[in-house]
Amino acid sequence: MENIVIIGNGIAGITAARHIRKNSDKKITVVSAETDYFFSRTALMYIYMGHMKFEHTQPYENWFWKKNRIDLVKAFVTQVNHEDKKLVLQDGNTINYDKLIIATGSKPNKFGWPGQDLPGVQGLYSKQDLDQLEANAPDNKTCKRAVIVGGGLIGIEMAEMLRSRKIPVTFLVRENSFWNGVLPSGESQMINEHILEHHIDLRLETNLVEILADENGRAKAVTTDKGDTIECTVVGLTAGVSPNIDFLKESGIAIGRGVKVNRFLETNIPDIYAIGDCAEQHEGIGQRRPIEAVWYTGRMMGETVAQTICGNKIEYKPGHWFNSAKFLDLEYQTYGWVFSEQNKKENEQHFHWRHATEKICVTIAFDKDSKQFLGINTFGIRMRHEIFNRWLSEKRDINHIMEFLKDANFDPEFFAAYENEIISKFNSEFGTHITPKKKSWKRIFSNA
Amino acid sequence: MKAIKNIGLVIFLIGLGIFTALPLIGTFKLDQSTFDKIVAEKRIKSELFITDITKNVVGKEFQGMQSISPLVSAAIENANTQHVKNKEYKKKIYTKPSDMATLIGKRSGNGFIANNKGTMWFLTFGLGIIGALLFIIPNVILLGKKGIKNDGIYHESATNKGWVAWLVFIFLVGFYLILYFKSEYATNWTYLVDPISESLSGNPAGHWFVYGFMYCVIMTVMAIRMYIKYRHNMYQMVRTTSVLFFQIVFAFLIPEIMVRLQMPYYDFKNAFPLDYDFFFSWNLKQLLNSGGIGLFILVWGIVLTLVVVPVMVYFFGKRWYCSWVCGCGGLAETLGDPYRQHSSKSLFSWKIERWLIHGVLLFAVVMTGMTLYSFFAETSTVLGIKTQSIQNTYSLAIGSIFAGVIGTGFYPIFGNRVWCRFGCPLAAYLGFVQRFKSRFRITTNGGQCISCGNCSTYCEQGIDVRAYAQKGENIVRSSCVGCGVCSAVCPRGVLKLENGPLEGRINPTEVLLGNDVDLMELTNKK
Repeated sequence: MENIVIIGNGIAGITAARHIRKNSDKKITVVSAETDYFFSRTALMYIYMGHMKFEHTQPYENWFWKKNRIDLVKAFVTQVNHEDKKLVLQDGNTINYDKLIIATGSKPNKFGWPGQDLPGVQGLYSKQDLDQLEANAPDNKTCKRAVIVGGGLIGIEMAEMLRSRKIPVTFLVRENSFWNGVLPSGESQMINEHILEHHIDLRLETNLVEILADENGRAKAVTTDKGDTIECTVVGLTAGVSPNIDFLKESGIAIGRGVKVNRFLETNIPDIYAIGDCAEQHEGIGQRRPIEAVWYTGRMMGETVAQTICGNKIEYKPGHWFNSAKFLDLEYQTYGWVFSEQNKKENEQHFHWRHATEKICVTIAFDKDSKQFLGINTFGIRMRHEIFNRWLSEKRDINHIMEFLKDANFDPEFFAAYENEIISKFNSEFGTHITPKKKSWKRIFSNA
Repeated sequence: MKAIKNIGLVIFLIGLGIFTALPLIGTFKLDQSTFDKIVAEKRIKSELFITDITKNVVGKEFQGMQSISPLVSAAIENANTQHVKNKEYKKKIYTKPSDMATLIGKRSGNGFIANNKGTMWFLTFGLGIIGALLFIIPNVILLGKKGIKNDGIYHESATNKGWVAWLVFIFLVGFYLILYFKSEYATNWTYLVDPISESLSGNPAGHWFVYGFMYCVIMTVMAIRMYIKYRHNMYQMVRTTSVLFFQIVFAFLIPEIMVRLQMPYYDFKNAFPLDYDFFFSWNLKQLLNSGGIGLFILVWGIVLTLVVVPVMVYFFGKRWYCSWVCGCGGLAETLGDPYRQHSSKSLFSWKIERWLIHGVLLFAVVMTGMTLYSFFAETSTVLGIKTQSIQNTYSLAIGSIFAGVIGTGFYPIFGNRVWCRFGCPLAAYLGFVQRFKSRFRITTNGGQCISCGNCSTYCEQGIDVRAYAQKGENIVRSSCVGCGVCSAVCPRGVLKLENGPLEGRINPTEVLLGNDVDLMELTNKK
């Protein structure tokens, strides 16, 4: 019986394990030093905020693993010895494998700031990070202020978490508007406003210079490139993540920023694969980046590599890009590609609509010349994944999207609908005469 | 704001404290003429009982029900023992000691409480309502921007099975025990609402009127909490309004007014088999003796269960009843909302759920079959089993203990839908329709799920919503009451309650949307 070993029990590794089990009878072992069981990393924030307990973030009950003969080993892998096909663990034990899947995820970036390793300074990625935050910032008496460095998705999550316990938060963002390397300016601006509404001290175009220690060696303040010194108890470092692959440096497995893989998710060493956040494609697929540290891509790579391992060798061919996030109270979904002003190509044109009073907006990207629909960003309106996926596959033009936009609405029943408003703005901006079609179940469920 | 909240809490606790003390205080004095009336009304022939009460109770002043109730019980028991011994069966008293004490208590209250009903109402219900509103309304500001507000639920003692939750549990269980089994202790409570009852039905209030009134008050106050908490979510606003309307108008006002109009007391939305005694012979006889309206109720009751309920479930799912109309659901969705996260999501609970709820349905159907057979065949037994004893067992075990004491009493510990999930026979019936022939489903939005678990955690029915969502599968479960909270708490816009075509409603998938199209086709076609 072939012996499959997976390092990492995150979404990528566990998806691979589940799908290998579905398709085969191979021996499966998952090694992780983080937790006993798989949990949803994206839900860590909700534990701190008191929405859930840790056990609620575990998608499978504890009996699931034994029942499905997925052996879980809690250990830290220090070395991969591919010649003998074995893993060396921190406690000195070894684990043999026939095929190895590396799915070790990411770790928070640190850019060599003075004081970045002081007690009170932390990232937010792992269960251990969460436990540390609980210790560092249990309430606003222990933690008088927190400074968060890095204006991305984890940064704003961490701000939301701390605010849920009424801890004052200063949020240092390198860019001149929140996440505007990814989001078009209208959206980025709306989030700036929303951050301020949540009483977060947002400092744009501000970089961390140094973290200062108190007499006990704990972080007590940060200094910024604007010359400010901000007193604080906790410093959150959330300036992105990078692959968690230090233990592979001497292994002979080719690494760049991540573990180098081809389209079959194979590394340079036979029988060793890498998936999820830690995998780096030789070249980005389509308009994707070579490293995709996203929940969904981790899952898709897991789904794909399981096929290959079970004898149905298949390329990692992700479909149309999609993603989602939540910025405080604002839900965000994206389908296809909408680039920020900084990154968009010449032919990409945007149509932007924003509600007069509510924090709701939509940006639709399309080709200036062919009018082909390229992608949509939506804030505060839920949209149907299947519909946009279909429109992208069918290479529909922007007028079609507008005409049938009501089919794509996924908001709960009785919610106010804004399609008419959106389309009338589009008509006046582009001189078109599109009348929206009524939502049709028939269209929504065709091909579904 | 915080101060207003705290003042509100104190006022509420004072009101609640007085309310809680009422069963054990108050002055009762039974005079001879009142007792004579009771003897005549109840057609009591036991001279032993009459002498006993006349000697030990009449004319004396008692403090608190606990001093009078044992005397009444003892009088009945002694008299009955003696009569049975002497084979004087006609003199035996069949009224339950607790009911007799309730009757005597209600007629003999004459202290401050019985004579100052308005003041006492204000000191209990009034303070409770004012305090609760002062506690709840500042949330408009304190909760901040509109959006999901579940911060701290697992940090608070009240919502995380801490000591507050256990106190609430004890209070609720105690309240239901009084209501169902020791109604004489509710006597003082009935005085509080006598004026209201008299203005509606013309009769003084009994303990069930107290319950009905309290039910409406609690639902109204907690609905205000819902409106504030879910003010971003129109589905929750509309649904809350609907349950509130059906409770106040259909369950409370209409039946009381019908009594005033000499019609049978009937809740037009309470469908059999939740309304388990609809076919009991006393009810059938009452309806048949009530002329046109009685006949109408009889036909409506049958049509409601056999036609209206399944047809509506076909179009809208069982939510139209369970979380839009039903009284049990109404309380669960208002008073119970802070406890929804406690329903167990384990596979084990699901197994228990299926056995229990379908067992209760079977029990209700068999009991009703026996009841109808007995009614038409004019016999009291079926296959040697007494119909009455089966009815009594159901009323006690299911109607009182399961639906009331456990169903609501256990809110703070097992969640707010214990009855609806494990016990309600109507829910089981609706569930069959919903599972096998309905347009309703919770649609999962392609591949957007991040397995965070908010949906499962806040599902009051204990459905592991995430288990479906993370596979890209729609949720089609017989137990789903369509409260819409999974969709509300989802941070990524994955879930939507909708009524669509039957085809493709159940859509098992292997690989989720977003992956390679060829791979999806390959694996999902298998």
